[in-house]
Order: sequence, then structure tokens, then C-alpha cells
Amino acid sequence: MSYVPNTREEQQAMLERLGLSSTEDLLETVPEEVRLRRPLDLPAALSEPDLKRLLSAMAARNNNIDSTISFLGAGTYDHAIPSIVPHLQRRSEFVTSYTPYQPEVSQGMLQAIYEFQTMVCQITGLDIANASLYDGSTALVEAVLLAMGPGGRGEVVVSTGVDPQYRRVLHTYAFARGFTVREVPTYNGTTSLEELDAAVSPTTAAVVIQQPNFFGCVEDARAIETIAHKGKGIFVTAITEPASLGILAAPGEYGADIAVGEMMSFGNTMSYGAPALGFMAAQQKFMRLLPGRLVGQTVEEGPEKQTGYVLTLQTREQHIRRERATSNICTNQSLLAVGTTIFLAALGRQGFRELGELCVQKAHYAYRQITAIPGFSAAFSAPFFDEFVIKAPISTARLQHHFEQAGIIGGYPLVSSYPGMDNCMLFCVTETRTKEDIDTLVSVLKEVQA
Amino acid sequence: MSVETLIFEKGAPGRRAASMPAMDVPTGPLEEMIPGSMLRAEPAPLPEVSEIEVVRHYTHLSQRNFGVDTGFYPLGSCTMKYNPKLNEDIAALPGFARIHPLQPEYSIQGAIELIYELEHYLAEISGMARITLQPSAGAHGELTGLMLIKAYHQSQGEGHRNLVIIPDNAHGTNPASATLADYRTVEVKTDARTGGIDMDSLQAILEEHGNHIAAIMMTNPNTLGLFDGNIVEIARRVHEVGGQLYYDGANANAVLGITRPGDMGFDVVHFNLHKTCSTPHGGGGPGAGPIGVSKHLVPFLPGPLPARDERGYHWEDAGPQSIGKVRANTGNFGVLVRAYTYIRSNGPDGLRHVAESAILNANYLKHGLASDYEIAYPITCQHEFVVSAQRQKEEYGVTALDIAKRLLDFGMYAPTTYFPLIVHEALMIEPTETETRETLDYFVEIMHQINEEARTQPELVKTAPHTTVVGRLDQALAARKPNLRWTAGQEATR
Repeated sequence: MSYVPNTREEQQAMLERLGLSSTEDLLETVPEEVRLRRPLDLPAALSEPDLKRLLSAMAARNNNIDSTISFLGAGTYDHAIPSIVPHLQRRSEFVTSYTPYQPEVSQGMLQAIYEFQTMVCQITGLDIANASLYDGSTALVEAVLLAMGPGGRGEVVVSTGVDPQYRRVLHTYAFARGFTVREVPTYNGTTSLEELDAAVSPTTAAVVIQQPNFFGCVEDARAIETIAHKGKGIFVTAITEPASLGILAAPGEYGADIAVGEMMSFGNTMSYGAPALGFMAAQQKFMRLLPGRLVGQTVEEGPEKQTGYVLTLQTREQHIRRERATSNICTNQSLLAVGTTIFLAALGRQGFRELGELCVQKAHYAYRQITAIPGFSAAFSAPFFDEFVIKAPISTARLQHHFEQAGIIGGYPLVSSYPGMDNCMLFCVTETRTKEDIDTLVSVLKEVQA
Repeated sequence: MSVETLIFEKGAPGRRAASMPAMDVPTGPLEEMIPGSMLRAEPAPLPEVSEIEVVRHYTHLSQRNFGVDTGFYPLGSCTMKYNPKLNEDIAALPGFARIHPLQPEYSIQGAIELIYELEHYLAEISGMARITLQPSAGAHGELTGLMLIKAYHQSQGEGHRNLVIIPDNAHGTNPASATLADYRTVEVKTDARTGGIDMDSLQAILEEHGNHIAAIMMTNPNTLGLFDGNIVEIARRVHEVGGQLYYDGANANAVLGITRPGDMGFDVVHFNLHKTCSTPHGGGGPGAGPIGVSKHLVPFLPGPLPARDERGYHWEDAGPQSIGKVRANTGNFGVLVRAYTYIRSNGPDGLRHVAESAILNANYLKHGLASDYEIAYPITCQHEFVVSAQRQKEEYGVTALDIAKRLLDFGMYAPTTYFPLIVHEALMIEPTETETRETLDYFVEIMHQINEEARTQPELVKTAPHTTVVGRLDQALAARKPNLRWTAGQEATR
């Protein structure tokens, strides 16, 4: 299927207008020595029906989470998406537009992003937010780079309670940029306050925790804030499960300077983990240091002074400031931000709190049921939101085999990221899991014991 | 002119637009689960609106937005081609849209297969040895590529290389990415005659900095829409001093099946799948910026990487020299599905036809505009070209910005303005291959009319647009008094 509208005959007529005989004449500036004089070695073109059949079959070779029961979280969460979200988000005026460089014909996207920035502030309790970043992990890196300031040298102290993938990304950027990452261990599921206190010095540029952390445990963020702020460092909270903000204290309430994280699970499809939706919210004083796009309200130049929205404070950005920009980001995740905005508008003040309550209650029910099975125990005693770690009587590799036999997808085996936690599995229970789902999981685990 | 109030200004207390699943488990007191000090004091002050209000509000917002489906979008270097609906349908299949990144491999064979195959397609299209699909966008690919180059130089005992050469017409992301990778940049000039890299300027840089050169970042065709015919010689000279060649794939739409970065001598290449492979740009994103590398850089790629054996598809950890990981999970999968579909739709001949048609459309448009506007480099262009409104500015006081704004009145988006920086009053125009001849002719006609208006009634152009939902907006005020969020009881910006 070709999407080129002009026929070969029309193209020939266009060439003649240019005084040329073939498209080859347009390629004269490409030196012969670099010309590809053979067809690309790719499969032949397919029609739309043939391609639909082929790709539907390929998609069917994946177990999607509607066809099975899954208790996976670990950074990517299954939250119910109201039907209105995809219907509105996929309107093609949103989908097929570029970054809103011409605001007069991009008011829809600009206003939606302004609303997104506002909602991110409302749920994080912070003053300002940007228009989105690639994902939670790169948002965390951007926060650390902001804290380092120009030059980018310095040390960041990060809890091992932060998502292992996020820390891996942080280490990768640290290698390129030349800053130091110092990791602080957890104790009984939460960041060791003693070790953290020992690690933070007057030269620490940033202290990073995750709330709830990767084990699902709720950190004592107020105690951590005191330690983080004993020097001049910036206190960064990463949030991978934003549903927690329905009931947990907001970063702005416990004194975080910057909150970053992931909001893909609010209204956007999981899509094997991405495209995701990184966000960054911060206190007002960081406004001119923020990375990425910012939408601001303004008025018309003309006498009517009607309200409108524009990309603003662009002198921070790469297309103006080039090598002195606050970040290199250009393309971000606007369409996902639109989805999340519609999602949060739909849930609203009450629904957002109810979402948090459903998650915490269902997860605690599952926790009580599982820990009641002989041989299965809680790995930690710290409070948790909708994820918790269970120590099983067998290795998680063997446990996975049981789940496969039962046709369900269990939790996340922690040993791949935390050596030594061989029998430990991280379970996630969101509002989309029913009591029946949970009871099925429990019955599978009981058979393991038998 | 019309107004759509903010969602926060709509609704009434108690209204809502989403229902929650039943609380079907025995519950306990929240305070016994979470310490009181870590509970939220006040509910987040989100809107309280009904379903019909949400639907009307965001429908109205979409109607206040212009996309490729609305009309011609000649935004240079952004390749705003038509986004096939088939690709959207495929990406929305539950088997692609509803899968978790940490599912066991047995349960996601189709996903890894697609990634594995797409990697091979992109390797063939670019002429590179191996691809990583991890980077989320072009700029992310640039940074990842520079990290690979850094790791490579260090492995060769050449960690002292700290300079990246960047042409004066490069995208802003190039120097910004270099800084992020802790490199300094040095600018190479454009040859005013050919529009390619000035070989004397390059030679001077190579002689002065020699073994401090880490890499050169190039776009070919460049942002002037011109293919740099000296590319083989540039590659030879940069490699001679030990530097690497980075290919910014923003303009790769012009080379599909015609030439390949790998054959030109590039060591790292990024693709903008949201440009070249037709995935929608979504008002700013998501995109995808996979990179391809030459053989000597493969050991440094971020991991994991897809592999296939007799048991099926699986993920393999990257080796000990890997730079690590540049984002969580495996790249913008939903975008990759669309790009895969696009490549399979077109096939090898179709992709070449895409490039040739894009080049033909650009030259046709350039030819049509030449009588009214100064063409910055009046030679055969590739997928795009740059015109200058310098004459209109000098003679009529009408700028490139004014012309761009006036175009909006005719149901078209504007070209990229004031870029590249080396052309005064630049309008960078990229029609893409998916536009009909009639649309191109109409654009020429309107540009001719605007030139006439500039001559006879310049105020009309200078105060444009006149038919959009808002008039020209005060950018200076937005920056001087930043208002980045709504708050209850706030006064609108004035």
C-alpha cells in the first residue's frame, strides 16, 4: 500500500514542468559511489488486509492482560481507562499535529498541556510542572542534572529503593556527564535513614528517593526531607505509581523540591512499557531551570486581548540556546499528556481519591490472604500502597512455572535486580483486580505449598 | 475569534465523569495501613465535571488544533507526512497495546519478534551493523550515539577526545546533546556556494584540534535540503584524525533506498520514526529515535537486545562494555509497531518511491515559488528547501514571521521559520511525498497572493492571522509574566 497520491503519469508531468525527464535527474547531487544500486533487502509490500492479518497473528502471540490475570506492577501499572479517554485523545487534530510552533492554530493542544501542567501541580502539591518528558527514568535524570547545574559535576545520593531501571539509566548518564552516583541501601523495605544521613554531605547536589519505593513500601518522606536538606542539596521524589497520590501525602506536603515520575498508567495504553509519560513538577524557584517545553497563558497582541496559550520561556531550550540549553529534549510525550489530562478530568476530585483507596484496600486484602498461606511471608513490615514483597518457600523461577501452568501472570521476581532475594516476588494489586482474581492467585499459591 | 474556558472553570461540586470498580474486598481502616503523617491532608483539587462536559471540552479543544489531517503542513525538517490509519489500528490491538514490559518472555513472543524484525529492517535501510530501539526521540538518539562514541574512545585509550564538530546549519538538539554528553562543540561553516560543509573550514578545525576531535554530527541532506556531495571526503578526513561520524536522521525521508548513511561512512545513525516512518507526532510526541551503529560500536550498545534461537525470541543482556540503559523498558513500542507496519506496507520499492516523490514534490514547489521569493540555494534540492523573505522585508517591511502567520488564514500550517540560522528571514519548506499536485499548486498560488499583499497592503500581512480562533499572541508577555498553571481565583494574564 502506497500513500503517495500522485500517479506516475502526474509525476512525469511535474518532472516535465521542471525540464527534467526522470527522478534520476533529481539525484544528481548524490555521488555515484554512495548510491545504493540495488533494492533494499526488505519483505515485499503488503496490502492493508494482508498486513492486518499478519500483524493480528503476531499480536495474538502475546498474552495481553485482558486475556489473563496479571499481578505485575514494578513501574508499569494497570489502571482502568474510561472510554471517553481514547475517544477524545485519538481525535486526529491532536494526533496528527506537530509541536505547537504556530500557537494560533494550535490552541487546542496548548490549552490541553496547560491543563496538564496544572493537574500535575494539583496532584503533586508543587508550584509548577513542565509539558512532559520521555519517561520516569529520564525525568529523574533531568531532575538530577537540574540539581547539578551547569557543568554537571557533583554527587547525587540515591536510595536503592528507587526502581532499578531508573538507577541504571542514572548511572548511564553519570558516565556520559561525569557526575557521581552514591547509592544508599534499604533496611526492612525502606531507605536506611542512618546510611542516608551518613551519605549526605554539604556537597551533595541531590537526594533521590521513590515514593512508594520499588518494593511498594511507603518511605518516611518527612524524615528523609530533614536529612536531604541538611546541606544545600535538592530533594527529589520519584513517583512511578501516581495513583498513590490519591491518599498519600503529596511531595509538596513533605517538602520535596522536585517530583518526577511516570504517568503513563493514567489514561494511556501500557504498550509493552512505552510510549510512557515522564513528568516533572517543582517549586517555583526552579522555573527558569526546568527542562523541556512549558506552556504559558498570554493574550493577543491586538486590541481585543483575548486569552491564549503559547510555548514559553523558550530561551531555556535547545532550538534557541543550543549548547547552553537546560536540556536537549525536543520531542516529548504530548499526546500521552493529553490522555492523562482527560483521565484526571474524568476521575476528578472524588474519583482520584477513590482510586487510591481501592488500590490500597485490594492490595492489603491480597497481602492478608497470601501471608496467611503457610510458607509464604511478608518480606518487610513497612507500610505499603498497592505493591508488596512476598517471600515464597520456593524460588521465583519455580513460582513462575506454576503461574504459567495456571495460565496467569504472577508478580515481578526481584532477584533479577536485587541479588540474594531469590524467593522474593513483588505483587501489584490495582483497582482493576477483582476479589475473584486475587482468590485465584491465592489458590495457585496454595497449590505451590501442597 | 472564540474562547474555550479551562476545564477548571467548568462543572460543579460533586460532578464526575468516571465510575470506579466495586470495592469487592473486605476493607480495613486506612490509618492502620498508612501512618497518618504520610496520608494526604486534602484531596487533590482536580476538576469536578460530568462526562458530557469532558467530552465537549476536549472535542472543542481538538477543533482548535491543526493537524496533517486538517491540511497542508509544510513544516521544514519535521516531515509532516500523512499518518496512515492502519498503523493506529494495529498499534491498538490488545496484543500490542495491553502487554506489560515485565511479562515473562514466553508470553510476549510476538512483541519481541516485531522488535527483532524492525531492528533488521532499519539496519538494512541505514546500512548499519546493529540497531537499538531504546531511544525515545531524535535528541535522545543523538545523546545515546554520543555516549557510544565516548565509550568507544575510552576503550581505545582516547578518553581525552572532547570536541564535537557541528555545522552552523545544524538542528539545535545537536549542540545541546553534545553538551549533555560532556563534549564541547566547535562550529564548521557552510560553503556559501554549494550549501554543503565548507571544506576549508573543516580542514582548519581538523588541523587545529586533531586528536581532540571525538565526532562530527551531520545531517545529509542537510537542513538546507541539500545533499553534501563531499560526504565521502569528509568521512575520510574525520576518520583520519580518529573522529567518528554521527548522522542526524531527521532528513532521512530523502535517502530511503537511494543511499545509506552506512555507505556514506557514518558510524552512528539515528532515525526519527515519527518523521521518516509516518508515525504521528501527537502535538509534540511521542516519537522514537532508534540508532544504528557500525560494527566497532556494537559492544557498547545499551541493552537488553532482542535475539532468536530454536526456542523462540528472547532478550539478551548487553555485554560488559555496554553503556547501560538510556530509558526504562525497551523503547517506544507503540511507535515501533506503527513504524513496522509502515515499512511492511511500503516494501523496498515503496520506500524508494517515498523518497523520490518527496524530492520531486520539494523541487516542484521550489520551482513554483522562485518567481516571488529568493531561494537560498537555487540548485536541485532533496526533500526540502529554504526560501528567504529578505526581499519582502526590505521592500515591504513584511517578515518571514508575517508570511507564516498569513498562511494560517488560508487553512495551511506554516513552514519552519528563522531556521536554519544562516539564512536571513528563512522559511524552510518540506511538502513531503503525501501531498497532491493540486495542494502544491494551491500553496504556490497563496504564496504568490501573499507576496502581492505584502506589496499592496502590507498591514494585512503584518497583522495576520485574521481567521484563526485567536489572533497573534503576545509571546513577550508570556515570558515576562510566566503563567504556567491555573489556580483557583486567579486573574487571567493581562
